[in-house]
Amino acid sequence: MPAPVIVASQLTKTYKDVAAVDGISFEVAPGESFGLLGPNGAGKSTTMRMVGAVSTRTSGTLTILGLDPNQHGPEIRSQLGVVPQTDNLDQEIRVRDNLIVYGRYFGIPRSQIAARADELLEFAQLSDRAKDKVDELSGGMKRRLTIARALVNDPRILLLDEPTTGLDPQARHILWDRLFRLKEQGTTLVLTTHYMDEAEQLCDRLVVVDKGTIMAQGSPAELIREYSSREVLEVRFGSDRNAAVAETLAGAGDRVEVLPDRILIYSSNGEAELVKITQAGLEPITSLVRRSSLEDVFLRLTGRTLIE
Amino acid sequence: MTEQITAPAEQRATLGGQLPRRFGSWYVAEHRIRGMRSYLRTIIATSIGNPLVYLFALGVGLASLVNAHAGGVGGVSYLTFVAPALLASAAVTVAGEEFTYPMVMGFKWNPIFFAMNAAPISGKQITNGMIIAVVVRMVPTVALYFLVTVAFGASPSPWAFLGIATATLTGLAIGLPMMAYTSTIEQDRGQLPLLQRFVILPMFLFSGTFFPLEQLPLYLQPIGWISPLWHGTQLGRVVAFGHPEPLWLTATHVAYLSALSLVGWTITQRIVTARLNK
Repeated sequence: MPAPVIVASQLTKTYKDVAAVDGISFEVAPGESFGLLGPNGAGKSTTMRMVGAVSTRTSGTLTILGLDPNQHGPEIRSQLGVVPQTDNLDQEIRVRDNLIVYGRYFGIPRSQIAARADELLEFAQLSDRAKDKVDELSGGMKRRLTIARALVNDPRILLLDEPTTGLDPQARHILWDRLFRLKEQGTTLVLTTHYMDEAEQLCDRLVVVDKGTIMAQGSPAELIREYSSREVLEVRFGSDRNAAVAETLAGAGDRVEVLPDRILIYSSNGEAELVKITQAGLEPITSLVRRSSLEDVFLRLTGRTLIE
Repeated sequence: MTEQITAPAEQRATLGGQLPRRFGSWYVAEHRIRGMRSYLRTIIATSIGNPLVYLFALGVGLASLVNAHAGGVGGVSYLTFVAPALLASAAVTVAGEEFTYPMVMGFKWNPIFFAMNAAPISGKQITNGMIIAVVVRMVPTVALYFLVTVAFGASPSPWAFLGIATATLTGLAIGLPMMAYTSTIEQDRGQLPLLQRFVILPMFLFSGTFFPLEQLPLYLQPIGWISPLWHGTQLGRVVAFGHPEPLWLTATHVAYLSALSLVGWTITQRIVTARLNK
């Protein structure tokens, strides 16, 4: 097995007395696509900044590409591509110039950088916007430009913090497609997300993070298998009746979760559960049988939904 | 096995860090100068317009009054007296713009500092690069101003060209402490206009710019002594027309301006580094 590119052990970051990241340990293998899944405030971004060698850890050990960020920040960062949570493109200069100035930060010679910029604009499907001002781009385009900028140094590891938050579905799919290509080319991806579909699409392996600690880790399929049932039946009886009906449903399936707007029944056979419910004389307003997802894993682990 | 595979990655990283460690400040300056292009026309217009307007107004207008009534100031024509002050003021004006807004921008409105830092660039290099870019804008502005004073016959000494250096030093001595302050601004509550109104403007009025400091009542003169603009202006007068003053005082001007620049510079480096490391 090849040596991991990231090794974190008991990694901790405290602000005053509050631990934003509280002793997390994980490893990422080269070429792997690794995700940190968790709600806002779970400590994902703080972890990403430490891995990005811009935020000094409070305690624990961390090596990236075999180097300690405390001593070798610039060396490590020369091998990373970083897509931050909010775009920090330079609004004062044009689209293509954003790539050019950024490439210079890695010491790429002026003679090479222009061709590299054009190549990346092509990849980000922004060639026709090269001379535009950054302000004139849509949210999805800005995001793609940020990703293109992160690729300017041909990074070993690409760090993506909430890459598709705030984008419409079409823009998300274009972005996923681009990220998928990078993954196919062997780039190591580390991403945070609070979207379970994103984690399922992009991650080979992930850790579920809550309140600065790791709740579980594994591949999406493993996590679902371990912490959830194969299927989920969602039924709605109206927000004023859900809680009351849930009491009569106790014991249905493997497990029952009551959310404010619906009841979830976990089972290997959702249809069969629905039949039982209707036979018992209960008539849900709507019902839906679906596959278990990481959202269900998270609910099981923390008792909360990902997006609150 | 582990070492064999890790080694090339480490090597590549070590190599990748070399150029940014050595030239990072210059890359930042390059970026910033590209950003200045977006308001290049304003820069050119003010660089040419300001000296012409000031020298005409003061040199032709006010000077005729002063020269007629007092026969100039301290043995030289009023225009000669005021030209070194204007030169220093031109540098301070650039400093007042370029050492303030771009710092708040870089952290907040257009947060490119975080992007630079995510690349292999350190807080120190960001600070240095921003300073280099300001100097690149300041020196030509001052040099152009100087040429206009020469055209107006207001810089008689053969050493007068040194005024470009003394004015730039003055700009740094005022600009770098301001840069340190603006690097700390997290919430924009109009601090920058206040700085212009209550620090820069009074400094112009009480620094022996338009009249000798000695004209002020004694209790107001200390404002001049602590004002870097007064030191810069006096230094400019020494090189522009051999303004008579003891050597120790000239040395004090240089030392005071250099010390302010150095303190502002190192404090800014620390603040920027700390703010990036969240």
